[in-house]
Amino acid sequence: MSNELVPTKQPTYYEEVVRKGYNRRDFLQFVSMMTAFIGLEHTAMGQMAKALETKPRVPVIWLHFQECTCCSESFIRSSHPIVADILLDKISLDYTETLMAASGFQAEEAMQNTMKKYKGEYILCVEGSVPMGADGVYCMIGGKTSLQILEEAAENAMAIIAWGSCASNGCVQSARPNPTKATPIHKLIKGKPVIKVPGCPPIGEVMAGVIVHLVMFGRIPELDKLGRPKAFYSKRVHDTCYRRPFYDAGLYVESFDDENARKGYCLYKVGCKGPSTYNACGVMKWNNGTSYPIQSGHPCIGCSEENYWDNGRMYERGSAFAGFGIESTADTVGKVALGVTAAALAGHAIMTNVRKKKLIVDLEDEGRLGEEKLKS
Amino acid sequence: MKTKYLHVHRLRRVYVWELPVRYYHWLNALAIIALIVTGFYISNPLALLSQEEASMRYTMGWVRVIHFIASYIFFFNFLFRLYWGFVGNKYASWKQFIPTSKKFLKEMWTVFKIDILMLRGKEHISIGHNAMAGFIYLLTFFAFLVQCLTGFGLYASMGTWWLPKLFSWVPAMFGGDILTRQIHHWSMWFFILFAVVHVYLVFYHEYVEGRGEISSMGGGWKFIEEEVFQNEEHHTPNEPNK
Repeated sequence: MSNELVPTKQPTYYEEVVRKGYNRRDFLQFVSMMTAFIGLEHTAMGQMAKALETKPRVPVIWLHFQECTCCSESFIRSSHPIVADILLDKISLDYTETLMAASGFQAEEAMQNTMKKYKGEYILCVEGSVPMGADGVYCMIGGKTSLQILEEAAENAMAIIAWGSCASNGCVQSARPNPTKATPIHKLIKGKPVIKVPGCPPIGEVMAGVIVHLVMFGRIPELDKLGRPKAFYSKRVHDTCYRRPFYDAGLYVESFDDENARKGYCLYKVGCKGPSTYNACGVMKWNNGTSYPIQSGHPCIGCSEENYWDNGRMYERGSAFAGFGIESTADTVGKVALGVTAAALAGHAIMTNVRKKKLIVDLEDEGRLGEEKLKS
Repeated sequence: MKTKYLHVHRLRRVYVWELPVRYYHWLNALAIIALIVTGFYISNPLALLSQEEASMRYTMGWVRVIHFIASYIFFFNFLFRLYWGFVGNKYASWKQFIPTSKKFLKEMWTVFKIDILMLRGKEHISIGHNAMAGFIYLLTFFAFLVQCLTGFGLYASMGTWWLPKLFSWVPAMFGGDILTRQIHHWSMWFFILFAVVHVYLVFYHEYVEGRGEISSMGGGWKFIEEEVFQNEEHHTPNEPNK
């Protein structure tokens, strides 16, 4: 096989859309939606349309390591069909284990070809963490370890996107004691920015938004201090939550089947991590904007936050104290410490009266003597 | 009593805590109490029942407002105290808190033996903070720092002012708000334990020394034996004896 199998000239996104049977109106709908999602002004719609009409499709290599494919699932369910059609199905997913038709030698060859032909031009998407334990044997594809594949593909990538909490933070497979040494990719790739799109899974529109931004501007979107695109991760779920008025009013669900739960009160006391979780769930929602966890009556578990799997319990706000047993919370430890302190002080007070008796008695006598002198 | 030889001390009045230090102390105490009470409420609010619509109530909102106002007072008060450590009198000086001399460490050891283990020995006399107290206050300053960093770090994403935004690197360092919040919560217990021990020790010193320890934070005066002055003994842990 030779490089000839990869088309020399990539068609533009618009050409692909038209070929797929969409009309201009569908295309513009998609453009306006994406412009809004990535937080641009409506005047940028023209730019966006132009970019998609003129720019050739960007080749994408989409790697799967230790993951559950929920990121891909989320992506293909994003609200506009064009998202899946042009960005995933057609974008030239030159290589992705779960969706490509090819297998074995052909598949590996396709990846090699893309990497060679579009050196420095392709987007590398990584779904899943990389197992570093036991020389990486926990996740091997085509005889190579995940790390080898990742390093090879990352070397000449235009941009690297870490899809989901696995690639961004390690997710549940890296929970203590992390037997496979599951490692997020930003710890393995040096000298290249990694766009983290955490969430388990991330919202489909967010994923599409990140790719569209890359395609349109040819550079990575503005990232926050943790490497997440600011457009989607600068607000807490709490800030855009429709139950927020109940939080401010001090009205909370006490248990899942109580009256307050039926009234739709805030889920703060049943462990909602919304106040600590940065994501766009409250605005974009899921499955074509149908709902999101809090709307369905379940507290946010903070799935897009680092270490959410080990940082305390899901249905409690009480902070678990690492190393003191699962049942201990900070306040229990605090109360015990307070009790011990109080007992120590009581002991000290008693000992003061024993050991410092002379001092105290002298002071009192001195005082009494003065008093007597005043009388006389 | 009359048969016993009793040395009646002549006491000298010393102006130990200047007015700004006293203001700092009580403002700090009030802010910390407000922060602890509201902090506990925020971490685990009461189960309120109400027939009112949510829009008519703002319970958690007000508690948080008090927490944030108190935190600003606490923060600026803390900054002021750091400043006063450079311009205040020698009892307020920053040198009181940092063990920079052998004498400081020796005094800490003495305080540990005499006041904590209550071993027999020469009673220790200090006018301002004793060395042990000074060192513990240094630890409280670190605790203040931790609370300011984590607190403003958590506040950064909701604040509009540039000041809290300066702290946005803190949650990033801990990988997010969840752990930052937990550290903020755990550290609060240091303040509670400190306050309990602090109040106890004030009473203890008043009780065994009779030098006006408790009232000193009201008027600033302590009453020190005349001999201490005549012997020209040190007044502060890092000050060399004459």
